[in-house]
Amino acid sequence: MTRARTPTRASAVALPRLLWVPAAFAFALVASPVVGLLLRADWPRMPELLTSGAALDALRLSVVTGAISTLLCVVLGGPLAVVLARGQLPGLRVLRSVVLLPLVLPPVVGGLALLFLLGRTGLLGKRLDTWFGITIPFTTTAVVLAQTFVALPFLVVSVEGALRTAGGRYEAVAATLGARPGYAFRHVTVPLVLPGLASGSVLAFARCLGEFGATTAFAGSLQGTTRTLPLLVYLQRETDVDGAVALSLLLVAVAVVVIAVGRSRTAEGLS
Amino acid sequence: MRARVLAVAGLTLLLAGCGGGSQPAGTAPASASGSTFAESGTLTVLAAASLTEAFTALEKQFEAAHPGVDVKLNYAGSSDLAQQIVNGAPADVFAAASAATMKTVTDAGMTAGPPTVFATNVLQIATAPGNPEGIASFADLAKPDLKVVVCAPQVPCGAAAEKIEKATGVALRPVSEEADVKSTLGKVTSGDADAGLVYVTDVSSAKGTVQGVDFPEADQATTDYPIAVLEEAPQAQLAQQFVDLVTGDEGQHALKTAGFGPGT
Repeated sequence: MTRARTPTRASAVALPRLLWVPAAFAFALVASPVVGLLLRADWPRMPELLTSGAALDALRLSVVTGAISTLLCVVLGGPLAVVLARGQLPGLRVLRSVVLLPLVLPPVVGGLALLFLLGRTGLLGKRLDTWFGITIPFTTTAVVLAQTFVALPFLVVSVEGALRTAGGRYEAVAATLGARPGYAFRHVTVPLVLPGLASGSVLAFARCLGEFGATTAFAGSLQGTTRTLPLLVYLQRETDVDGAVALSLLLVAVAVVVIAVGRSRTAEGLS
Repeated sequence: MRARVLAVAGLTLLLAGCGGGSQPAGTAPASASGSTFAESGTLTVLAAASLTEAFTALEKQFEAAHPGVDVKLNYAGSSDLAQQIVNGAPADVFAAASAATMKTVTDAGMTAGPPTVFATNVLQIATAPGNPEGIASFADLAKPDLKVVVCAPQVPCGAAAEKIEKATGVALRPVSEEADVKSTLGKVTSGDADAGLVYVTDVSSAKGTVQGVDFPEADQATTDYPIAVLEEAPQAQLAQQFVDLVTGDEGQHALKTAGFGPGT
């Protein structure tokens, strides 16, 4: 599979020169604000700013909740993507549009929607509270839910895309050879989508790390419980811009590592 | 890099200014009092978000008294506004929700004179309408199982809450420390928190969606609202007149209506 679809060097044709100009601007648009952050940073104070209790708590919380949310995205979003790509259901197109909603929705709107559903006076939240004494806002669970909500479409889109590119022929062949749907899924479909699943997970994790709007609206902000790195950055800039810049760079660094690790192994190598 | 930030901020304000200056100069009605020249132009006032109600009323009064003048009010968090001013955003008047925020502007030499405290604000406990948890005092907020939301100590309302905690010896265990007072209020309005510590003016502007509970210790952490004409005000004279309106009888009345205490 890998060998067949990797373009050979010879097939790389020369680019029209004119493309370089907008491409350079596009690159500058993305890169120069980050350079600005680097120049603005108070490097001598950096270790002190990054090892404060608040910063370490936020980093730990961001990584842990991001990992749990990504896992949830894989466990729930993977099967959903298979259903969307291969399922025979009327209204599947509508279903797909709904799943993609968090991609286009402002995250704060997503947070409010979660609050109206799962908040203490919300549709479901009210029952959770009266029947089981469970309240979700202000807990780490709320952070995970908010992150899963915003990150899920990234995973679904990646996996569904991988499935569509691969097509259904291999499964069809497996079926003619007598493989039952479960067997064909495990031994044919899953290996086919692994690269898409990996790059989708990377994207989802990155999105979780950056989540701000839905978290602040739904989960609140408390050190060690709900205050993830982006929330701490937003708060810190009120009084300590240097601290906010240092934390922002920490987020940039984590994001770069995530993307570097993710892309090298998946998007460019395999899929 | 700094120059670029300035350019962007300047461009934004330029665009805002264009909107206000679209009125043709000739259409400004001549001043009835027969003064030398009819004033015209745009007066840009940067004001803390909590002043929205009071200053919108004063804007109308000022524009009625100064035909041809368009007052542009820009409401936002004080520290955001202070950052804009320090980074060179052209504006005439700055009204902040804390002395510390104003200090960042005066320290940068960006005010024309010393600021005047024109109003004060105190904290109040916001609860659901009817106060179902029966909260009657600041100490009640420390009850176990009570979901209390406060502002983070980094913002003025949180600093005030922390001051009261220290003064009373009552240690709160909030479920959330929000980044601004409106978010704190929002958690109470939505019913997710039992109580929140917000400004008395926030309870007043929430118009019945929350109930305010006064507590005497609130006086130990009053928040001063300073106002100043900015050093590089394009409309220095009008700016001073606006400040005079705010500190004068009419301004004080509008502020009192919104729940503020008198200035010094």
